[in-house]
Amino acid sequence: MILTILSVLLIISGIFFFFTATVGLLRFPDFYCRMQATGKGDTLGALLCLSGIAVYNLSDGFTLSSVLVSIKIMLIAFFIFIANPTATHAITRAGLNAGVKPLMKEDLQK
Amino acid sequence: MENFFLTISLALGFLVLLSLYRGVVGPTVLDRIVSVGVIGTKTTVMLILMGLIYKRVDMFVDISIAYAMLNFIATLAAAKFFHVRKSVIPGVRFYKEREVK
Repeated sequence: MILTILSVLLIISGIFFFFTATVGLLRFPDFYCRMQATGKGDTLGALLCLSGIAVYNLSDGFTLSSVLVSIKIMLIAFFIFIANPTATHAITRAGLNAGVKPLMKEDLQK
Repeated sequence: MENFFLTISLALGFLVLLSLYRGVVGPTVLDRIVSVGVIGTKTTVMLILMGLIYKRVDMFVDISIAYAMLNFIATLAAAKFFHVRKSVIPGVRFYKEREVK
């Protein structure tokens, strides 16, 4: 029972971070600002959601198969935790190299 | 509990529709690639939720691992491509002026 409540809390907080990442992707004025919002919010949202699912998977009882599936789900979370910032960094460097102009103070004052 | 997972999946689908807006109208190509990456991350979570709804988590976890890896490799390949070919605005051949020696 307490594992179920913990998993619901984790999944709802993960959905909140997904929502903030999407709002940042839609509303921010600049390419680099959007990269910052999605790179952080998406990683944390996926991590919290997958942790919640792994905790819920254990709530029926600690059998061997459910523990293995939970370890696999945490492996996905670990992979996203490493891969998502790497992809964000690579694509930001590509944009900087290709000459996408960052938003400056002078652009804001117009 | 299935109703809760179904609600979470529907919320994720709604967020995917919202991020698709940036993929359609994004000013540069890189914005579209970022949007595709965001949708892929949400899909990775959504696949495991589907496995919980259908009570086949052990099968859907493997599909989700493959999807996460493909998403990562697609973003890296696009970043490498646009690192070399500097045309991030659609319709403009070379966005950055090349230095003439």
